[in-house]
Amino acid sequence: MEKSTTYMNPYLAGFLLGLVLLATIYVTGRGLGASGAMKSVLISGVETVAPAHASGAKFYTEYTNEHPESPLKSWLVFEVVGVIIGGFLSGLISDRLGFTVEKGPRVRSGVRLAMASLGGLLFGLGAQFARGCTSGAALSGMAVLSTGGFITMLAIFGTGYVVAYFFRKFWI
Amino acid sequence: MGPLVPEVIGNELNYIVALLIGIAFGFVLEQAGFSSSRKLAGVFYGYDFTVLRVFFTAAVTAMAGSILLAYLGLLDMEMIYINPTYLWAAIVGGAIMGVGFIIGGFCPGTSVAGAAIGKIDAWFFLGGTLLGVLVFAEGYTAFEGLYKGSYLGDLRVFNSLGMTQGAFALFLVLAALGAFYATDWIERKVTHRAEKIPTRLRKQYTLFTGAAVAIGVLLLFTPDRKSAILAQASDDAYLQTQASRMMTSDELAYRLLDQDPELQVIDVRSADRYDKLTLPGAVNITAETMFSKEWNTMLAARNKRRVLIADTERDARRADAVAQALGVENTFVLQGGLAEFEASILRYRSPASIGDDQTADTDRFRLRASPAIAKLIADAKNKPKVVKIVKKIAGGC
Repeated sequence: MEKSTTYMNPYLAGFLLGLVLLATIYVTGRGLGASGAMKSVLISGVETVAPAHASGAKFYTEYTNEHPESPLKSWLVFEVVGVIIGGFLSGLISDRLGFTVEKGPRVRSGVRLAMASLGGLLFGLGAQFARGCTSGAALSGMAVLSTGGFITMLAIFGTGYVVAYFFRKFWI
Repeated sequence: MGPLVPEVIGNELNYIVALLIGIAFGFVLEQAGFSSSRKLAGVFYGYDFTVLRVFFTAAVTAMAGSILLAYLGLLDMEMIYINPTYLWAAIVGGAIMGVGFIIGGFCPGTSVAGAAIGKIDAWFFLGGTLLGVLVFAEGYTAFEGLYKGSYLGDLRVFNSLGMTQGAFALFLVLAALGAFYATDWIERKVTHRAEKIPTRLRKQYTLFTGAAVAIGVLLLFTPDRKSAILAQASDDAYLQTQASRMMTSDELAYRLLDQDPELQVIDVRSADRYDKLTLPGAVNITAETMFSKEWNTMLAARNKRRVLIADTERDARRADAVAQALGVENTFVLQGGLAEFEASILRYRSPASIGDDQTADTDRFRLRASPAIAKLIADAKNKPKVVKIVKKIAGGC
């Protein structure tokens, strides 16, 4: 097979992603996710750095009650470790590895990195309210025909289109 | 029958499964181009609709697959994690994420794929995500009301819209195809490209569209098992062809007094009716909740006489039809319903004149049973009810 740096046909990629999700549902009874792993990492970090604070604040104690084991011993943490490996392998075979800052044509790298951090912050916060992000709530929720999943998906993309105009100079 | 966790695949092995699934997930995300923030942002500016194509195709594929697996009895949808619906938390959270998407150019999953191939902006996005969780954690007491409020249950979208599962599935397939065609047109206008679909792929695209429509139509005629069984059970014509074994009020009273270990009283009425009058040892399993895997062990136990009780005999027969369709054995229906049980046992009064010997025996039995069972019911009120707690599959993020 020729080594190609072009991306996979989106419909084929979508079909394969759908099969991965279907296999996940069939084997484990749950969907894919991502933000849950960030939550585990953060809780684990806070419990290590500031154990006194973690044992006093409700968010952490509620989590510990529901997950008596270490927060890092969670399904999504293992899954996200896999995503890192899978993403790296894909980049390797398609020759896309390399340290870059990807940004719109009219943006400086510093601005892009600040925006990426802020966007991440908002996404991390929003995913807590919605009990999942694009993978865990929107995609997996849609696949099992959850009303909440559809609402979250519409809210993410609907808001995205509403505010896109104001941030256009960052991307185009 | 799926899901394979936890019976076939243990909880520890599940972590290895998670790793393998993650590898596949990450590989596909990166191959699709989701490691690129500009490609992701393109969906909002019309220059690249890859996100919509991949996302929609994946959701429809997984949906169609799980509907078909469930219909074939290979997947128990009752055990699947259905993302619960917390209306305002979903709307507000989704809106915050939408803004985060535009500003950050990633979502958490795609940022991991981007970070894996060295995108530094993805690393910053990931760092930001952790901060976002921290903000939520520290402000939790303020956010909790919104987070836990407006809970509507584990709603299914077709029920919310008053459609059948099949009709909604077909609608989603057609909506996806419509969106693919529309966005292709928009993309061509925005990027000034003459033709998006390469000529050599035309045939494949036609086949793809045809197959998608065919699957959509197939889904339209694929009932979900639960709705199909419930619909069948509420069809009177069907009930007439179904035989139910009956148990009389006297026999039930006798077995209750005897504390028959084989007796399993299943109250199929609503929870509040059950709370008002709970027969000794009765569990509350309605025709709807009978599908839940939490009752599997109880309903599969051998050497039991399962008596289904409802206000009327008809309601109990309905539940019995469901039970039989689910393969529950040794079911009996309380003859005459609870109404008769109450009249002939609980509120029994001797008739004015007692005729032959048999009636006299019955009268003696009922006079003895009436206060004794009333006492059992009163005693049971103070005891905790049989509530089965099963750890549901946890999901979501």
